[in-house]
Amino acid sequence: MALSDPIAQAATGSPRSAGAVAASPRSTSRLLATSAFRVTALVVAAFVVMAGTVVGTLFWRTNAILTRQALEMISQEARGFEAIARAGDIGMLAQSVTERSRTAAVGSALLILVDAGQQKLAGNLARWPDALGPGKPGGTFRYPYALPADEQSTQRVAAGLVIPVGNGARLLVARDIEEQRALIDGVRSMFLWGFGILGLTALAGGLLASRLMLGRVAAITETGATIMSGDLSRRIPLSGSDDEFDHLSGSLNVMLDRIEQLMNGMREVSDNIAHDLKTPLNRLRNRAEAALRDHGDRSSVARALERVIEDADDLIKTFDALLLIARLEASATAASLEPFDLSLLVRDIAELYEPVADQAGHRVALKVPARICVRANRQLIGQAIANLLDNALKYGASAGSIVGVDVLLELIAGPGGVRLSVSDCGGGISSIDRARVMKRFVRLDQSRSRPGTGLGLSLVAAVAKLHGGKVSLEDNRPGLRVEFALPSSAMVSEATAPPIAEP
Amino acid sequence: MRILIIEDDRETSQFLQKALKESGHAADLAHDGEDGLVLARDGGYDLLIVDRMMPRLDGLSVVKALRDDGIRTPVLFLSALGAVDDRVKGLKAGGDDYLTKPYAFTELLARAEALVRRVEPQETQTRYQVGDLILDRLSHRVTRGGEHIPLQPREYRLLEYMMRNAGQVVTRTMLLENVWDYHFDPQTNVIDVHVSRLRGKIDKGFERPLLHTVRGAGYMMRDGVV
Repeated sequence: MALSDPIAQAATGSPRSAGAVAASPRSTSRLLATSAFRVTALVVAAFVVMAGTVVGTLFWRTNAILTRQALEMISQEARGFEAIARAGDIGMLAQSVTERSRTAAVGSALLILVDAGQQKLAGNLARWPDALGPGKPGGTFRYPYALPADEQSTQRVAAGLVIPVGNGARLLVARDIEEQRALIDGVRSMFLWGFGILGLTALAGGLLASRLMLGRVAAITETGATIMSGDLSRRIPLSGSDDEFDHLSGSLNVMLDRIEQLMNGMREVSDNIAHDLKTPLNRLRNRAEAALRDHGDRSSVARALERVIEDADDLIKTFDALLLIARLEASATAASLEPFDLSLLVRDIAELYEPVADQAGHRVALKVPARICVRANRQLIGQAIANLLDNALKYGASAGSIVGVDVLLELIAGPGGVRLSVSDCGGGISSIDRARVMKRFVRLDQSRSRPGTGLGLSLVAAVAKLHGGKVSLEDNRPGLRVEFALPSSAMVSEATAPPIAEP
Repeated sequence: MRILIIEDDRETSQFLQKALKESGHAADLAHDGEDGLVLARDGGYDLLIVDRMMPRLDGLSVVKALRDDGIRTPVLFLSALGAVDDRVKGLKAGGDDYLTKPYAFTELLARAEALVRRVEPQETQTRYQVGDLILDRLSHRVTRGGEHIPLQPREYRLLEYMMRNAGQVVTRTMLLENVWDYHFDPQTNVIDVHVSRLRGKIDKGFERPLLHTVRGAGYMMRDGVV
């Protein structure tokens, strides 16, 4: 199991190693591990912290204001009694306490006057609260609150100030703050509930969102796994919503198209190589076998062996060309570039082929201006020109054309680079076949019977590509026009190109 | 001539040794670069045939070391690496010629003989003669039996190369490389046509042919039968 493919496993989602029981925890942990969920959780946490800070501050401030208000009212009340107490008559104080106790609204004035022995002298509180022991200047305490009609009493919260009134007697001036406390408590629990629900909802939303996204991602991963297992024709399904996932899937699909195309190209090439190398190998083998059976006649054996060597030489040629094309296509830059006179090279190669053309009754014409110099690989460019000229003479030249020229070699240098065109007036190549003939081993039916490897144009194209140029085929009406173009970056001034040293 | 073959593939080197012996040459074998270097240093060979890729010391390093020691014995590289740049590297390292595997033995033999002859003082000759055919390198005039034969510049160079190697086989690739300076395959047998044209000028109308075709190998300039 340790060797199992993690991607395939993730794609199918089957917890093969954990067993069925683990299915739910596993998928949950997978959900929790998604980036979407993590982002949601982080945002929710940040929101809760920020909102908590704001609401907490608000809550704290409101509480403080309400408390201050209550304290103010208490101290106002207290100041009145203090004035009476300062007059010195405790009896009058007790009387006014009793008076106030009677008239005050319920809870707005809670009063109790005690003497030094803690005995109640006056007030509406039954006894001095325990919470406010001797020496305490004031504070909150609980007191039994009974509505007149109600037998049962409840404990309510009050806040008050203690006023010493001389001779150890003390007066407590207090006020019911139960309402305020209740309000604060209510607000607090409301906020707590609110945050709780909000946070949970946000998390649930995040989970849902990530589950949805996970579904889309899983589809992509699954397709990837299928493709990796060998089915290159699979594509990622689109949801049709034209969202980011569709865009991603779309561009991945385009990439897959391109890869499939390349793979098919490779397969075609290897099929071709297999066919075009195996066929002559088989022929060679047959010949050798036939010679072996043909015992006795020495001269016929010798002849057969000579044919075998010829076949082997042809194979070597094909092989060399294939290797050269592969090397050219694999290398990004052309090594060993040298400046040389392209005009001279074109003339030279034309001269090399001139007797062959002459023998076949063809005329090769040149339109080559002097001293067009390039920086390139002279041998490769030479090979390319030779291939083009050889092709034109083999397949394109029809003797006795009207203008008297069968093959025209034209070299043009312009700001866009150098163009060498080889035009013939033979049968030409139909527009459908033009793209095809550049490929390896493609030989058109009319040329199959003639000698050749089927690699000539592929090699020319590879040489052009290596130098940053390109090869194009055009209709010459009649005939074919092949243009071999090198970019202007390959051109050099004639001063830097030495004249080719004649051997 | 005495030849040292430095090649790690035993079958190839033994085949070469046998074939060279049959052609009248003596050949020694070394199966890796270090042995080859030791033998080449004190062997007094006329030619070294060196494989590019070998264990212990590769062919390029062997030849570089020899050239650093001032040993000028001609070197013919054999290599499976055939790209243009590999050839340039081989020649830069001090090799004198470069042959790509697989090769025909006739090609190897012709090149080996041409290399050895190159170090002989023939280079300084101002006049080549084969039979009654005379090539004057100073005046660039070619005559046969005293009669002037007008030649195109390329035909002159072709004849000059063949006469310099008179009595030896020159192959088509040797001509393409040395007369045209091309190291690629021209697809068609263009060289044959050039040679037959030259033959038409120097041999036509004369009783004794001087330019001979050697079957399965190439051509030879020689006064007499091949």
